[in-house]
Amino acid sequence: MPDTLLFAMEAAANGLTAGVMYALVALGFVLIFKASGIFNFSQGVMALFAALTLVGLQSGQIPFAHLINAIFGTRLHYFGFTLPTLAAIAGTVVVMIVFAWLVERYIFRHLVNQEPIILFMATIGLAYFLEGLGDLMWGAEVKRLDVGIPQGMSLAVDETTFNWFGYGFYMDTLELWAALIAAILVGALVVFSQYTKQGRALRAVADDHQAALSVGISLRFIWVLVWSLAGIVALVAGMMWGAKSGVQFSLSLIALKALPVLILGGFTSIPGAIVGGLIIGVGEKLFDFFMGPLIGGATENWFAYMLALVFLLFRPQGLFGEKIIERV
Amino acid sequence: MLDTQPDEGYTTADGRKIGGVAMEMKNITLRFGGVVAIKDISFDIRWGEVRAIIGPNGAGKSSMLNVISGFYNPQEGEVIYKGYRRPRMRPYQVARTGIARTFQNIALFEGMSVLDNIMTGRLNHMKANIFQQAMWWGKAQKEEEENREKVEKVIDFLEIQHIRKTPVARLPYGLKKRVELARALAAEPSILLLDEPMAGMNVEEKEDMCRFILDVNDEFGTTIVLIEHDMGVVMDLSDRVVVMDYGKKIGDGTPDEVRNNEEVIKAYLGVTDD
Ligand SMILES: Nc1ncnc2c1ncn2[C@@H]1O[C@H](COP(=O)(O)OP(=O)(O)O)[C@@H](O)[C@H]1O
Ligand SMILES: [Mg+2]
Repeated sequence: MPDTLLFAMEAAANGLTAGVMYALVALGFVLIFKASGIFNFSQGVMALFAALTLVGLQSGQIPFAHLINAIFGTRLHYFGFTLPTLAAIAGTVVVMIVFAWLVERYIFRHLVNQEPIILFMATIGLAYFLEGLGDLMWGAEVKRLDVGIPQGMSLAVDETTFNWFGYGFYMDTLELWAALIAAILVGALVVFSQYTKQGRALRAVADDHQAALSVGISLRFIWVLVWSLAGIVALVAGMMWGAKSGVQFSLSLIALKALPVLILGGFTSIPGAIVGGLIIGVGEKLFDFFMGPLIGGATENWFAYMLALVFLLFRPQGLFGEKIIERV
Repeated sequence: MLDTQPDEGYTTADGRKIGGVAMEMKNITLRFGGVVAIKDISFDIRWGEVRAIIGPNGAGKSSMLNVISGFYNPQEGEVIYKGYRRPRMRPYQVARTGIARTFQNIALFEGMSVLDNIMTGRLNHMKANIFQQAMWWGKAQKEEEENREKVEKVIDFLEIQHIRKTPVARLPYGLKKRVELARALAAEPSILLLDEPMAGMNVEEKEDMCRFILDVNDEFGTTIVLIEHDMGVVMDLSDRVVVMDYGKKIGDGTPDEVRNNEEVIKAYLGVTDD
């Protein structure tokens, strides 16, 4: 097999693992947008907040320690015990569900029937609030997150591909795990929305509020539910990115990667988010592989946005979105 | 006369049993800002009857249905349901007490198939937990099969087998109305509220709809509250009629009684007092 093809395959395989993560982040947006028409600007900060909470619980940090110390002159920092990773994850899930409930209770319940732009602005406010809250609760320094997944080259992939092709692919173990976990979560979300009562109710709410009410669906319950799901999605994304490059503010920017995925896949389509994520993941790696050397590299920074722009021009409703028909 | 009817009900001329009072509307007043949509109206609904609400456009008929189904909360008055004063409820809570409805301007899940739309009517009959459902385990599987069976019955009953897989958005108006009725029926409601189920239909569709409504009432004993414009249809279908005009109740009784009521005739013929 020619070397170029093998290198391209390696790039594509790495693109797939990245793509699954993009799909996951995009799904967080799609869930909320579908059910309530809200474009959740705070999705990225939710990932940061979830990751901070996870580290905090894991390492036994005392929440609001800086604040307490500043007021009372104490020198508290840690409880002095640590939590096993799984317990810390479970705790963070609980925190994200409480967060979802608070968001519904104190923000969106009061904004029912408002214009989408108002709802969007509310999520911008929420993003800044949550960012501040994260700092205040857990401190602003960069934190290391270890969830027990090894980092570095995956020997298994290296060996297998070497046996097949005579060339070992380089793939990061952590990214493989991240992709696997993201894929499981994406699968679970699809099963949930297609085959459960709550999923059916979610699709109903996404379609028509009045009709949903008339068959006995509580809109508030569905909103808390989608925000909780988005919180769990944010946790997994925050966990994987945090484990890779530390928990810090830049983590909240992963949301930016989801934007082109949404434009490709459509804002309301779950399969769209998945396929869109994979296309962008693979596309940016392959584009960089073939075109990078010709145009000076670092194409991964802008490829996704360029692709999104092309889509906006030719297929604004996305791959799976319903065709936009002007009614006259 | 209504007052002389014994509380345990009576039997109609065509032999259907009408029961005691299912729901009583007591001195309902509903305002929108300065507009008084319902002005101090009282009436009752008996188990098993077809109760019509008629009146000219803007009389407040839909508002009354919205009060019954919890979409609107009246400023004054109370709703007595099954003998108890109903607390202020949200529409989804009312739906869970066995009250299903259709809307004047059809509210279907346009993105779903006919079958999926009707399945949503069964949501409140699903009790299995989320894991059982996702895994298709024990209780969930049995429940899903039961629900499917019920839905298939409704589909047969309303003669919509040929469109069961069709996305609702592609259906013509008349069929949409029928699917909306199917979704409401799938919930096996105790009381079924229909807001102008025949509006905008051609003669043949109207006849079908009339037949379905009568059959539902007859076969399942469902209590039906029906808003209709067409006097003729109302006279054929209903056991008792409430007549509304400008938010007020101007008549209440059997179709014959109502037809001969002075005020009703005025409202319908547009005669004004001089
Ligand atoms: N949601 C609402 N907001 C403001 N006014 C309303 C609303 N719903 C109904 N109305 C008003 O209440 C009155 C009665 O309307 P409606 O109940 O729809 O009458 P009908 O169904 O008999 O034609 C009308 O004047 C209408 O404008
Ligand atoms: Mg009306």
